[in-house]
Amino acid sequence: MSRDTALVSADWAEQNLNTPGVVFVEVDEDTTAYDGGHIPGAVKIDWKQDLQDPVRRDFVNQEQFSALLSERGIANDDVVVLYGGNNNWFAAYAYWYFKLYGHGDVKLLDGGRKKWELDARPYTKDVPVREKTSYSAAAPDLTIRAFRDEVVEAIGVKNLVDVRSPDEFAGRLLAPAHLPQEQSQRAGHIPTAISVPWSKAANEDGTFKSDEELTKIYGDAGLDGSKDTIAYCRIGERSSHSWFVLKELLGHENVKNYDGSWTEYGSLIGVPIALGDEPGKA
Amino acid sequence: MTSPSANTAAGCAAPDQSAPIPASVDLNRETVLTGIVQNTEGEAVGGAYVRLLDSTGEFTAEVVSSPEGVFRFFAAPGSWTLRALSRSGNGEAVVDATVGVNEVALAVAPA
Repeated sequence: MSRDTALVSADWAEQNLNTPGVVFVEVDEDTTAYDGGHIPGAVKIDWKQDLQDPVRRDFVNQEQFSALLSERGIANDDVVVLYGGNNNWFAAYAYWYFKLYGHGDVKLLDGGRKKWELDARPYTKDVPVREKTSYSAAAPDLTIRAFRDEVVEAIGVKNLVDVRSPDEFAGRLLAPAHLPQEQSQRAGHIPTAISVPWSKAANEDGTFKSDEELTKIYGDAGLDGSKDTIAYCRIGERSSHSWFVLKELLGHENVKNYDGSWTEYGSLIGVPIALGDEPGKA
Repeated sequence: MTSPSANTAAGCAAPDQSAPIPASVDLNRETVLTGIVQNTEGEAVGGAYVRLLDSTGEFTAEVVSSPEGVFRFFAAPGSWTLRALSRSGNGEAVVDATVGVNEVALAVAPA
């Protein structure tokens, strides 16, 4: 994987709005953004309604993912271009799903809604009608998904990358600062995790920084290229953004996203937690 | 629109910025930074990207201002920088926040 295959520019997107076989998909947690205006031809996926299991604490399984994409009119051989608000967090999270379920060609729109809007590119309120398909998702590729036991075992062994803001890492905040801070879990971070906020990988307009800049950011933060890596945040969407950078843009091997992230880890009984700005000891 | 409780329980997306502060928010404990993005004519700027930077300049959060230009963050006491990007231009404001509601004026102007 590389930038050329995983990422498209806003210019490319605008030139390919009507290209057969290219499907634009807006992914957001709050889909009122899509309803108020979206890229012409784009279908929407609701992070909560469509991508989470309605009962169990987990995301949709192979059959549910197949049914969702069939219903939205997305075929296995379509080129899927994902974008969204929040600096593409939820689009990156969906990208990770598409990879997990073996979709052939999936890309992120560099800069997402923010770049599109700051460039004053066109939006529409028209909702496209796409014919249903018979989408067939592959079995989940668990080489890119980390679970809690593996995360605990990775302390002091693998690269753990905490991509939340420095204040969340240190335990001074429990959630991103656009949300109220009352939360049930404990504050802090997984011991030995390095702090590389997701935002370091993005320019102010939401586009990704250059490969050279990204390599330097993770190198300076102490990421050991010879080790496997697990990225986490609070609910797994900001870490999808950083997973995308490490795995898809920089081509690191063995990078997993821990989607349980701090809402799970910070609620576990008996696991170690580090406070403050330093990674802490194993 | 999703309810504020749904947002705080599961998600990370920014809640509706023009909605009243949810009743569940304890203003004796929360440090709220809020205000209106305005252009050089004093008109409210909706759809601006407002980001909260910590005392070292590191990104902490971002919201999109409501049609009335309103933005809101839940932070902690201390020094914060607010930075707005919009089609009407960009702007910045520094605030020393305390517990409770902190009103911040944020003006944007073409470069």
